[in-house]
Amino acid sequence: MKIVVCVKQVPDTETKVVIGSDGLSIDPGEVKYVMNPYDEYAVEEALKLKEAAGEGEVIILTVAGEEAQPAMRTAMAMGADSGVLLKAENAALADGLSVAKALVEEIKTLDADLVMAGKMAIDGYGHQVGTLLGELLDMPVLPTAKSLDIADGVATITRDIEGGKETVTAKLPCVITAEKGLNEPRYPALRGIMQAKRKPLEIKDITLADAGVEILEMSYPPKKPDGRIVGEGPEAAAELIKLLRDEAQVL
Amino acid sequence: MSQILVFAEQRDSKLKSYALEAISEGRRLADAAGGSLSVCVIGGGVSDLATTVAGYGADKIFMADDAGLSTYSPGSYAKILADALGASSASVVLLSSSAMGRELGALLAAKADASLLSDVIETRWEGDHIVVKRPVYAGKAFLKIAAKRAPVVVTLRPNVFPAVEKAGQGAVETLAVSEDSKVTITDTSLKASTRPELTEASIIVAGGRAMGGPENYKIIEELADTLGAAVAASRASVDAGWRPHADQVGQTGKTVSPNLYIACGISGAIQHLAGMNSSKCIVAINTDPEAPIFKVADYGIVADLFEVVPALNEAAKELLA
Repeated sequence: MKIVVCVKQVPDTETKVVIGSDGLSIDPGEVKYVMNPYDEYAVEEALKLKEAAGEGEVIILTVAGEEAQPAMRTAMAMGADSGVLLKAENAALADGLSVAKALVEEIKTLDADLVMAGKMAIDGYGHQVGTLLGELLDMPVLPTAKSLDIADGVATITRDIEGGKETVTAKLPCVITAEKGLNEPRYPALRGIMQAKRKPLEIKDITLADAGVEILEMSYPPKKPDGRIVGEGPEAAAELIKLLRDEAQVL
Repeated sequence: MSQILVFAEQRDSKLKSYALEAISEGRRLADAAGGSLSVCVIGGGVSDLATTVAGYGADKIFMADDAGLSTYSPGSYAKILADALGASSASVVLLSSSAMGRELGALLAAKADASLLSDVIETRWEGDHIVVKRPVYAGKAFLKIAAKRAPVVVTLRPNVFPAVEKAGQGAVETLAVSEDSKVTITDTSLKASTRPELTEASIIVAGGRAMGGPENYKIIEELADTLGAAVAASRASVDAGWRPHADQVGQTGKTVSPNLYIACGISGAIQHLAGMNSSKCIVAINTDPEAPIFKVADYGIVADLFEVVPALNEAAKELLA
């Protein structure tokens, strides 16, 4: 079983966001980068499938600058076999469609049984690359999987929808995106980290398709005025309800 | 020129509240550019929804009503929506940032070779271009993005845009049913609940780590029921197994924008704030006056939630009766 997992290196959630001098993206200065957490679920699931099958290959794919190698090495330290970094200028400003198109070009050469990705990346909140991949590859796509079973060439996932859940199936080859709850990603062991350094990581120069959108400006959220402490005990409850009803008018 | 197409999401022949929000925003954009608004409705037994859709401003309604579409089918719905896009020549397509809207938005964008702007909280025209605002980096920054090429697909964050009734012509055009069953939904289970669904709720009462255990959520549920609110949880209480993941608000859970968000015993880690900081009014109840949640709160009570929450419930019953 050949599984391609698309990953993205993103700033750790705790990172303080400082807008860069271009006014369009963040200043990478002090940022701590990690593999997108949803992509970790995808990598883990791919490794579990390979282990269960007793054979197979897990290939890590990303569209980024060369600085994204650590995230790929992390995936290899977890157990992935190899990686391809599609090196593009200005990848940080690219839109989901042009990233998906670049991934598709590479995936088409790999003859994968399964393509996986996180359901979204925690930097851009785009929620789209995995689903775009499916349609562009003309493969079925199963987004936001919280569980996955593969039997007789058919993948079955469950996913949350508003107010409930759905069970969804499709034939392989297909694209599946990972939601929290799919598994518990393993921590790379020291041995894995050592081995990862010797695993093949190919860097290919690519040019992204023109995006149909243009970032005009990045800004900080407007400062909220300080909130009001209504009280320091249960006796403040009635006052709070009155404020919510009469002042904020939300009750 | 400026044709807008909105996908109006429904389940069980009931329009989602965020579908009405998307139609209203579509109407506003169409009016601002002197264009017209088309709305696409897909499902089984949904023809009656045309009246409501027209009541929120649809000039034209693309209707695909077929028993075979009663259960959501991503492939078929996307094909039909692409047909509606072709027939309407829209330059902007609006959907909601819901499970279905995100999926269909991406499928449609790939079919139409269009860019997709998701989880948008503001839209407007700048000249001929649509310009949107959307949060990134867990809400620590906003991006202003212009669509340079038509069409563009946009998903709107639920509960952010107002739903405004406004009569439209509502001319119905029936769309042929296209089938694509590459992906099949074999089971849909909606929880029977008397409480509103999280993403649509106008009031949410949330409990965090300080709840201490699953049994203690009773006081949160009682307050929620008095207020007609939904119940939510922080990551800590979901990871502890006290509440289901479906209740989780935050970066690895749901993003919500209710009118009122009452955070009980939630410290306010950035991951949690990412999921609720676009709420219109935030109340924090926490024993620690230094907790970050107070930085985003409009009102706070520095006290033990086990004393305050029941007192709020009593006060609400008395004052809102």
